[in-house]
Formats: sequence, C-alpha cells, structure tokens
Amino acid sequence: MDVVISQLFTGASYGAVLLVIALGLSLTFGQMGVINMAHGEFLMAGAYTAYLTQQVVTNADLSIIVALPLAFVVAGLLGLLLEVVVISRMYHRTLDTLLVTFGVSLVLQQLAKDVFGAQAKAVQAPGWLDGQIPILGYRYPLSQLFILVVAVSCVLGTAAVLKYTGFGRQIRATVQNRDLAETVGVSTTSIDRLTFFLGSGLAGVAGVAVTLITATESTMGQEYIIWAFLVVVAGGIGQIKGAVIAAFALGVIRAFLTYFTDGSMAVVLTFLLIVVFLQIRPQGLFAVRTRSLA
Amino acid sequence: MVKSRARLAGTAVVMSAALVLSACGSKSSDSESASGGADSCVDTSGDTVKLGLLNSMSGVMSISETTVSDSLKLAAEQINESGGILGKQIETVQEDGASEPTVFAEKATKLIQSDCVAAVFGGWTSSSRVAMRPVFKSLNSILFYPVQYEGLEADKNIFYTGATTNQQIIPALDFLREEKKIKSIFLAGSDYVFPRTANKIIKQYADEYGIEVVGEEYQPLDQGAWGTAVDKIVATKPDVVFNTINGDSNVAFLQAYDEKGLDATTAPIVSVSIAEEEAAAIPVDLTGQMTSWNYYQTVDSPTNASFVEAFKAKYGQDRPTSDPMEAAYTSMWLYKAMVEKAGTFDVDQVIDASDGISYDAPEGTVVVDGENHHISKTALIGEVQPDKLIKTIWSSDAPIEPDPFLKTYTWWDPSKE
Repeated sequence: MDVVISQLFTGASYGAVLLVIALGLSLTFGQMGVINMAHGEFLMAGAYTAYLTQQVVTNADLSIIVALPLAFVVAGLLGLLLEVVVISRMYHRTLDTLLVTFGVSLVLQQLAKDVFGAQAKAVQAPGWLDGQIPILGYRYPLSQLFILVVAVSCVLGTAAVLKYTGFGRQIRATVQNRDLAETVGVSTTSIDRLTFFLGSGLAGVAGVAVTLITATESTMGQEYIIWAFLVVVAGGIGQIKGAVIAAFALGVIRAFLTYFTDGSMAVVLTFLLIVVFLQIRPQGLFAVRTRSLA
Repeated sequence: MVKSRARLAGTAVVMSAALVLSACGSKSSDSESASGGADSCVDTSGDTVKLGLLNSMSGVMSISETTVSDSLKLAAEQINESGGILGKQIETVQEDGASEPTVFAEKATKLIQSDCVAAVFGGWTSSSRVAMRPVFKSLNSILFYPVQYEGLEADKNIFYTGATTNQQIIPALDFLREEKKIKSIFLAGSDYVFPRTANKIIKQYADEYGIEVVGEEYQPLDQGAWGTAVDKIVATKPDVVFNTINGDSNVAFLQAYDEKGLDATTAPIVSVSIAEEEAAAIPVDLTGQMTSWNYYQTVDSPTNASFVEAFKAKYGQDRPTSDPMEAAYTSMWLYKAMVEKAGTFDVDQVIDASDGISYDAPEGTVVVDGENHHISKTALIGEVQPDKLIKTIWSSDAPIEPDPFLKTYTWWDPSKE
C-alpha cells in the first residue's frame, strides 16, 4: 500500500512537470497544428531567465516569484519572433515547420552554450519550498506541490482565456475555421502571433518550475520535448483536458514502471504503451471534432 | 520506352561505379590497418607537433568535460614554455565529442587521419572510450584517458591516468566497511557500462563481506526522473548510497534526494563522479557528503600549489580543480616523459618506453605500469565542505598499484552476473 501511495504521488509529480511543459505545446501544436521542435528551448529560455533573475534579485526566496512572469514574457517574445520570422511563412507545410524548428532548436542550444557556457548553472530553490508536507502518510515535497500548483494554475488560466476572453474566442474561431474567421473580421495573423506568444510563454513558465528538479543548461529542453509531444498526441490534439489526463497518466505509469522494473525499461515500456494506445485510439483520449491537420 | 531504358542503364552504371569505388576504398583502409604505424601521417619535421584534445564541449557531459579540456590546454602551454616535447612546440587541436560515443569515434578518426596528431587526450564516459578503442587500435595511435572507470580493460593503445576500480571504488568500500561499519548499501547509477560494471563489482564485494544491497536503480544519462529511486531510498533506509550517476543527471538526483528530506546524516552518499566542478553546479547543500577520488584541490603536495595557482590564474579565481582535470594534466606530462625516453614520437616506440615513467603530479608521484598502461594512485575519501570544495578525510596513505582485472581480489568472479 505504501508503494502504491508513494508512486501515485511521485507519478503525480512527474505528471505535473509534463503538464506544465505540454500545455504550451498543446496550444501551438494542438490549436494551430504547428510542430514546434524548439518548444524545449523556450523552456530552457525560461530556466535561464530564472538564473539571471537570481543574479539580480539575489534573495532566492524572492527570485522565483519575479522569474515566473518574466520568463513568460521572455519565452513568449522568443516564440513571437519565431512565429513572425519563420512559422508564418510555413502554415500548411507541417513537415517543413518540423525541420525548420528543429534547426532553430539547435541554434538556440548553441546560443545558450555560447552565452552561458556549457556548464550547468545552479539556480537556488527558495527557502519556503524546503521540506515536505505529510499527506496520507507520504511526505510530499513542497517543491513538487509548487510545480503542481503552477501546472494547475496555467491550465485554469489558459482555459479561462480561451473560454471567457475576446482573444480566446478569436483564437478558437481561427482554429475552427480560419477562412470564415477572416471573413467576420478576425485578424488571423495577429491571432496566430498571440497564440504562439501564449504557448511559448507557458513553456517559459515551465522552465522556471523545472529549475527545481533538473540542471539548468543548454540541452535541458531535450529531456522533455518528446514527452511533451506524446502528451499532446495521446491526449488528443487540440484538447487541453486530454493533455491534463494524459500528462498525469503518463507520469503515474512511468513511476510505477520505474518502481517495478528500472528507469530505462520504464521509458521503453511507457512509450510502447502509448504506441499501443494510439493504435487502438489514434485520435487520442478526446477527439477533436472540427479540425484536420492539413 | 527509350527514356526508361536509358534511365535503367544509367542507374546500373552509377551503382556499379559506387560498388567499385567502395571496394577500392575498403582495400586501401585494410592496407592502412595492416601496416599500422608505418602509415601514420604525423609530421614533426618542423617546429611543432600536433596533439588532439577530444572532449564533450556540448551535451549532458559538458558539465564535466570542458574542465578537462581547460587543464589539457594549461599543460600544453606549460610544456611549451619549458621547451616543448623533443624541442617541438605542442599545437593542440580541439574536437567536440558532443556527449555522443559515435561522435567520439568519428572525431578520433578525424584527429588521427586528417589532423595527423601524434596522440589524443580525452574521453570521459566509458561509452565514449569503448567506442574509440577500435579506432585507436586500427589506426595505431595513442589515447590518454583521464577518468576513473570500471576497469577490466588494458588496451595497448590507451593509457589510463584515471583510477581503476581497485584504486577508487574498492578503497571506498573498504573505508565504508571498516570506518563507517556499514551493513546495507543502496546503488544509484546512470544506465551505461561504467555504473553497471561498477555495481557488479560492488555486489560481489558486498556478498563477500555480508553487506546487504537494498536497492539498485538506474536512469538513462539524459533523463533525471529520480523520484521513484529516492522513494526507495527513503523506504529502505540504507547505511550508505553509492552514487555512480554521471553528468547533469546527478543534479536531478540530488534535487530529488534533497526535496524528499534526505541529507548526509539520514542517507549519506558516496559519489565517484561528483568532484569540485559538479558540486558547485548542484544547488543543494552537499556538506558532509562523501566522494572517492585520488585528488582534490585541497591536496597538500609540492606541485599542487603551483598547479592550482596556474589554473586559477589562467581561467579565473572561482574555478576549482578536480581529479579528472588533474589526471588529464598529468597525462600530458607523462606523454612528454615517454616521448623523451623513446627519443621519438613513433607510437610503438613510445608505448615500449612507457614502463616505469614517473612524474611528480599534483596528486603525488605517479608511476606508469607498462604492462596494463595504468598509473599508481593514492585513494582519497573526501567530504564536501560548505564552500563546495572537498577535504580529505581518509587516505590509503601509499599509492595503490593498478589492478584493472582484479586479479589480486579472491572474491571477484568475472563470469558471475
């Protein structure tokens, strides 16, 4: 029983990380059909923003709070730049965007290496995240709780924006029928840019959260990018609630498999399970009704 | 009709030309490997000799390997200042292994065949060394490998200036058993040949001395999902955690360890891949955690003071020195001594001259064993200080002769799993 509880919590931790990373991708890939292989590097940009913020705001207890919105803006602007310069010329050419953004990802990694050096940078966790909180007999780390809170807030925030704001409605209209949206006066170019800004900004926020659990260095995005795509595809392209369920499911599955086999085998088996799942249900957990990936 | 026949004929011509060319290509490379050193393109007719540096300047291992490159360059600079090797100034050629074993093999080939270097210094992960072995064998060049590893190897074309298991892992186990009186041990490592082999040795030692192995967990080098492994450490409460994790994954492991409330009093760790450089990059309090190496920046030896001073002068006062950097630095000076004893840069003659070559390294005086190509090293167990430097808390006092195949250890059975 102890094993079940501990792995459920650890799995939820893995899931929260996956969710916060995949959420932005769910917007850009899910909503816009753009395969952005540089999404992991926007995460890295967020993490380095957290590092730089800590150099300025030397108080580690404070710097993470300042870093969160800052990383959103920095990564968002990077995403905006990518969209304007590269991606806007490549809509309807999915495979080309994949290749081009892969190239951008390599460029960004090298840039980070040139600016910050190849060594990992130490980002101190805030003192108020020290310690654990006992839940159901398991000592749940506060830093993992923080990541969970960030993930859930981002999901709720994004869902609220999409559902209740004017921008959100325009995004949904553009996604469902671009031509008709243009006809009713929606500036689809601006909306594309906004969506990309939002999705990339979310990756930046993920980057700040992730400094609590991994090394901040130029290749850090590579550990998560494949998982992020798997979450979006398994959850159902364009469905945020699908991404939520898929992220936690994958996290828990990985935790249990790691417990009973080993770290490498768990990755193999989790990927295998996703492949099998997609064979049975290729549209993912929640099917999108009005989009095609053309 | 005519067009498609012409296309078919054209394709046939191209394919047969490709087959002929590839056959020619493989024939010439066969003859190269047969005559070995005779075909070496090393050119020392002028004032310089080229030496290759092959380290991961990018990727998950760059956190560790860029420092090795730095110390090698320092050694080359100092050797040049003192007159070079056989009067020739060293010209270093740096290549990036990119933390990928296949890239290491490629770049080694390039350094030897295109850059015509007289020797190569570098590699870190055992995967990279294993990938490079056939290259150095078939092209008959020399690799100086500066990192602690799992032993069970004594390649003619490689000189190992890092510790083999009986100079690092076994002394650590002896220390834990005799001084710390441990009864249980938890193994955490990255998933590749070094940790797997090291843990095999540790398990047989544990078997022999009645220590219980309560866990064995691995993560791929580029993944850091250590939460489950740490849960197991919390549950099994081992007397010590033996850490063979390498690269950035160590950061993730220690963050998971720290956030779940473990520290040096509740679950002490002995690491073999965390040195001063890595410790500084880990944003967790490591005070009291132990390491097993053969050199620390704090070592008190005649040459160490000037080594540390020279390194900091060249690269910055905040840069620490560590074991692999020192082993790499030492390796270049040993190479110089070997070449000067042989009187030539010719690979076979340098290898023949290697036995008994000694050098007063920052770690202490080291001597090359001409038979197994390793060097004598003193084992030092260290404790991480609050300033992230490491202080020696236990020493084997005298240098340990290298025994890569563990022939002098009766409990070791290589055929057992």
